Amino acid sequence: MSRIKAHADEQPRWNRVKPLTNVIISLIFVLLALSTLLPLIFVIIISFSSDASVAVNGYTFFPSEWSLDAYRYMWQSIDYIGRSFLNSVGITVVGTVLALILIATMGYALSRPNFRLKKHLTWLIFLPMFFSGGLVASYMVNTQIYHLKNTYAALILPGACSSWYIIIMRTFFTSTVPDSIIESGKIDGARQIRIFLQLVLPISLPVIATIGLFMTFNYWNAWYGAMLYLDSAHRELYPLQYVLISIQKNIEFMQVMEANGVSTVDLSLPTETFRMAVVTIVVLPIACSYPFFQRFFVGGLTIGAVKG
Amino acid sequence: MALLKKSKMPADSGCAALPKPKKKRFSLDDLELTLLSLPTVAWFLAFCYVPLFGIVFAFKKWKMKPGKSFLYSLFVNSKWVGLDNFKFLFLNPQMGNIIRNTLVYNIIFLIIGVTLPVILAIMISYMYSSKLRKICQTATFLPHFLSWVIVSYFVYAFLSTDRGLINSILTSSGGEAIRWYQSPEYWPAILIFMNTWKTFGYSMVVYLASLTGIDKGLYESAVIDGATIWQQIKGITLPLLRPVLSIMFILNVGHIFTSEFGLFYHVTRDSGSLLSVTQTIDVYVYKALMENNNYGYSAATSLLQNTIGCILIVITNLVVKRIDPESGLF
Repeated sequence: MSRIKAHADEQPRWNRVKPLTNVIISLIFVLLALSTLLPLIFVIIISFSSDASVAVNGYTFFPSEWSLDAYRYMWQSIDYIGRSFLNSVGITVVGTVLALILIATMGYALSRPNFRLKKHLTWLIFLPMFFSGGLVASYMVNTQIYHLKNTYAALILPGACSSWYIIIMRTFFTSTVPDSIIESGKIDGARQIRIFLQLVLPISLPVIATIGLFMTFNYWNAWYGAMLYLDSAHRELYPLQYVLISIQKNIEFMQVMEANGVSTVDLSLPTETFRMAVVTIVVLPIACSYPFFQRFFVGGLTIGAVKG
Repeated sequence: MALLKKSKMPADSGCAALPKPKKKRFSLDDLELTLLSLPTVAWFLAFCYVPLFGIVFAFKKWKMKPGKSFLYSLFVNSKWVGLDNFKFLFLNPQMGNIIRNTLVYNIIFLIIGVTLPVILAIMISYMYSSKLRKICQTATFLPHFLSWVIVSYFVYAFLSTDRGLINSILTSSGGEAIRWYQSPEYWPAILIFMNTWKTFGYSMVVYLASLTGIDKGLYESAVIDGATIWQQIKGITLPLLRPVLSIMFILNVGHIFTSEFGLFYHVTRDSGSLLSVTQTIDVYVYKALMENNNYGYSAATSLLQNTIGCILIVITNLVVKRIDPESGLF
């Protein structure tokens, strides 16, 4: 993987825009950066303001009163939120490992030029990029034949592999792992499986890390599977993203009930700030980690979209 | 990319110069590689190929027979209805609206999604301070890592009727609060803004990565010839970005009937009063299946969507290849 060096994308001194243009460009990008960062900061501030302050002033960057109530309430409902957090972490870890196994083995097999089934398998992974059975088909097959309804497997298996990542992996193996390494392994009498595990994988860490990160973020952010395959009788399976969806649905439900004159809510609950606190604990791990991983994403994109 | 193209080329094998010996037997190597790829093959069969038979849902009136297996229910117990599902689909008065929404939003997303990031990538590459550039690049990349569920809460913080920041500002400056989630007239703009907000940073980085791959010597000789920066962009940068641009374009055109479910379902909070401008094909497919149990309609819509998408990819690829043989996807 060609890593982009800091100086490589710098414009040389003899080919710069005018200082005024530079100021305008910088200003535009500072504004754009603020537009992406401020909503996150806003939600974090809301989660730390008191419900009374939210009730009076609405959501604001400068709450009249700060409070940890939302997090205290979260601590009280640790059975639910804590469990969901562990679900999210577990699904992410297991899913990512499984995905890496599926993607790397296939990527390696397809990268071997003399592999007899290479063409057949290439078609096998290529066709699903163009055509699928559709939502009803996969939903019915997953629930009726594989019986995945209300299982962790429903949240892990259907998204565990992707043609696109296999292609990225394959391209990396063909372009970066030298044939001589594999040949030397063969001369030493190693089998393909050992060559793959002991010779190829160690020098392929950049691409493994890249795809691993893609999958980690995918699983952490996944909610569609939970919407399809979990029902409200199985709250213990909820990942955090789905907790957010169900909170919103419940609040709307309560509003409908109230509109119909049924009093439902225990109004002492810090609902307004609580959901923003849940958003915060979902986003913070991402926001704190992605700047360090960003270069992998850029590198991975270059492999997949440009070089491939 | 160029997946199939490459597999035809002998150049990626080490012994390209030698004539390849005709292989007759399935060698030990082949067996081991097959074993290695077996789990993935199983996954593709189970989750991509087995569901394909489910296409028959589009031509059936699904009826579960209690006590019998799923396949019995589907193939024996459910009646064939021919093209009835499709007919009812087009008799549905909402359908025109749904298709229009999907197409119009996607065309706008496509135009903005391909042009704006290129402009921004070129602009940011001319920024003096590399530190500021890194910071802005990182910050604008953030939304790519957030799910639409999270984004929907961000939007809610601004647009909530009684607590949202925008209504606070409106009322405190003497204006009137707007019931955003009940006012369809604002949503086309909001949805376009949010989609752009979420994707531009990522696309910008894609283009920036290929910008840095351009040979600096080209610009050097252009400067010696007296070219202005504007002329350099027109004469060097844009033409060299064309392969990436066409790949992005083909991929997006293929998805023109596929809408971002999270954007149209969660960001709008699935608000009933907004449906006229927010309901798209994928939202309809989901609701038909999960809320109304209309298996046939849902499957028929998916099938149409898939077929058209598939045809579109092939056609765009042909067109792009006709214009520029190097830029095709396959």
